[in-house]
Amino acid sequence: MSRFIIRRLIWTIPVILFISIVTFLLVHAVPGGPFDTEKPRPAEIQANLMKHYGLDQPLWKQYTDYMGFTRNPSGDYAGILQWDFGPSITQRSRTVNEIFAAHLPVSATLGVAALLIAVGVGVPLGIIASLKQNSAWDYLSMALAIVGVSVPSIVIGPILILVFALTLGWLPVAGWGSFKHILMPSLALGLSSSAIIARLTRASMLQVIREDYIRTARAKGLSEKVVIVRHALKNAFIPVATVLGPMFAALVTGTFVIEQIFAIPGLGKYFISSITNRDYSVVMGTTLLYALFLVASNLFVDVTYAFLDPRIQFE
Amino acid sequence: MTKQESAARALASGRADAQGLNSENQQKVTNLWQDAIYRLTRNRAAVLGLILIVLLVLMSAFAHVVAPMHFTAGDAALNNAVPLWLTKVMPGHMETYTQISDIYPLGADYLGRDLLSRVIYGTRVSLPVGFVGALTALLIGLIYGSVSGYYGGKVDNIMMRIVDIMYAFPTMLLIILMMAFFKSSFSGAATPGTPAYEFNRINKVVDSLLGLQSGGMLFIFIGIGLTAWMGIARLARGQILSLKEKEFILASHMIGARDGRIIWRHILPNIIGPILVSVTLAIPGYISTEVFLSFIGLGVDPPAPSWGAMISDGAKALRSYPHQVLLPALFLAVTMFAFNFLGDGLRDALDPRMRGTK
Repeated sequence: MSRFIIRRLIWTIPVILFISIVTFLLVHAVPGGPFDTEKPRPAEIQANLMKHYGLDQPLWKQYTDYMGFTRNPSGDYAGILQWDFGPSITQRSRTVNEIFAAHLPVSATLGVAALLIAVGVGVPLGIIASLKQNSAWDYLSMALAIVGVSVPSIVIGPILILVFALTLGWLPVAGWGSFKHILMPSLALGLSSSAIIARLTRASMLQVIREDYIRTARAKGLSEKVVIVRHALKNAFIPVATVLGPMFAALVTGTFVIEQIFAIPGLGKYFISSITNRDYSVVMGTTLLYALFLVASNLFVDVTYAFLDPRIQFE
Repeated sequence: MTKQESAARALASGRADAQGLNSENQQKVTNLWQDAIYRLTRNRAAVLGLILIVLLVLMSAFAHVVAPMHFTAGDAALNNAVPLWLTKVMPGHMETYTQISDIYPLGADYLGRDLLSRVIYGTRVSLPVGFVGALTALLIGLIYGSVSGYYGGKVDNIMMRIVDIMYAFPTMLLIILMMAFFKSSFSGAATPGTPAYEFNRINKVVDSLLGLQSGGMLFIFIGIGLTAWMGIARLARGQILSLKEKEFILASHMIGARDGRIIWRHILPNIIGPILVSVTLAIPGYISTEVFLSFIGLGVDPPAPSWGAMISDGAKALRSYPHQVLLPALFLAVTMFAFNFLGDGLRDALDPRMRGTK
């Protein structure tokens, strides 16, 4: 088990290296720089600015400096390796670490809330549908599921605003800060995931419920509740658990549109403005951070397998 | 074993047996696909989805006939104009502040362009994105997965590690980065003869083929195509790994068939079912990716009518003119429904054991 985890951890090194190189090249291949302004600056000032941020260095040196493999022009090792994402180029007074600290918790809160909705709605819906297969409940929840899968958050968001904020006036139209602000965006974000989970739970439950050990559990006189929760659900949850990791990652990284619709000061919104501003360090940092996060969540899922199903062995 | 199960099992093992090895099975092959088509036509939701897709395709092909106006035509003086009947249907007090005009069947946008026409022309953006995305994913994924699964061993190991790395990329961020790169590098390229210029020229040809004046559709195709194939590749590889140990593949080897022929004639027909299903179910994802990109301003260039851009424009005046969001949103949702219905139906038709799963 620990050998498996260590092997996976080692494997993340080339993955992160590759992603950082591709992102670095893509970001720097985009024409125009962070200091392009309508009115051209004097050449000396431009040169000084470039020098200050190390942008006058050759590209490979900029990369190794950024990653913290080599000493930067001021003679320090200060890069990703030291968990230093560097200064923001367009926001002089802030470092990228500070920007993350300010905006990432917002996106993460939104992602967690959406995941809670996805699991909280999806799993019960799937269980009900599977226990009463081909009943009205089944058809209703599967109809709901196909609505959830088909209607993207970009459509759900404005409709929610229209109904709950503008017409009924129950919730604030947009913004961030209180519990009421979280409800609509996380619902818009989590609904399609809840549909996926509902369908997956149903299918997996239908399969598990026909297994011999369920019959055994019933035969030895366990209550229906124990059979479903302890025996069926625990096994049926394995395929669901496999999608939770990538799903959570997708939810957190997929908040761009939701943050735009609901005017939420999250990292996604910041990322998009950084692209237009050519704020290299923010774009690089965000992509790397999300990639790290994706890798970590996949690893976490693989490890939870073992706890859910001891039959799964890691070589 | 029920009839459906035996049909599914036959799907998994029977098709390639029939390919030139055993002519007796030839009859069974056609029956199998006919069986699938029969089951598909019995599935009301799938038929509805198929009909909707055909209608949408016709609408996009004949947009210039169906739409009342061209998507760029408009009268800026009549911005946000609304026909009288719509003020009665929509919530709020639209009639107190809006311009009433019956020129536009469903009102005008903030530049005075006909909403209905723009939504109809919007199918020329969304449908090609869906279909081209599916085709590229299919092409790259199938070839990549087949090679990896068929040759196995070291080749397989390296090729799948590459897929693993691609999977670790935050897809949405990668597409956004690529779009930013394409847009600023190529859209403005003015020097003839440079690769960037030629690339942009192809892009313009694609746009005009689709009947859009501008758009940068090629960039979106590339962005989606490059990030969409990994799932198909993994699926194809898994299927082939289990298939290549089967006796009929051994038999083909023994009569001296070349690798290419075995992959093309014996393996592909056997795995095409699940892959077809997975591609169909992925189409809504490609469409919504484009909508997301256009929503944040990195998708289709204006004035090309993308539903995402229309929702983004309309959302700015959601309180005053909700119909400007609802109309493109409705078209988008219907399109997504149609492909999901068809995909679900295809899966049930091709593999009845999988009913109800994703």
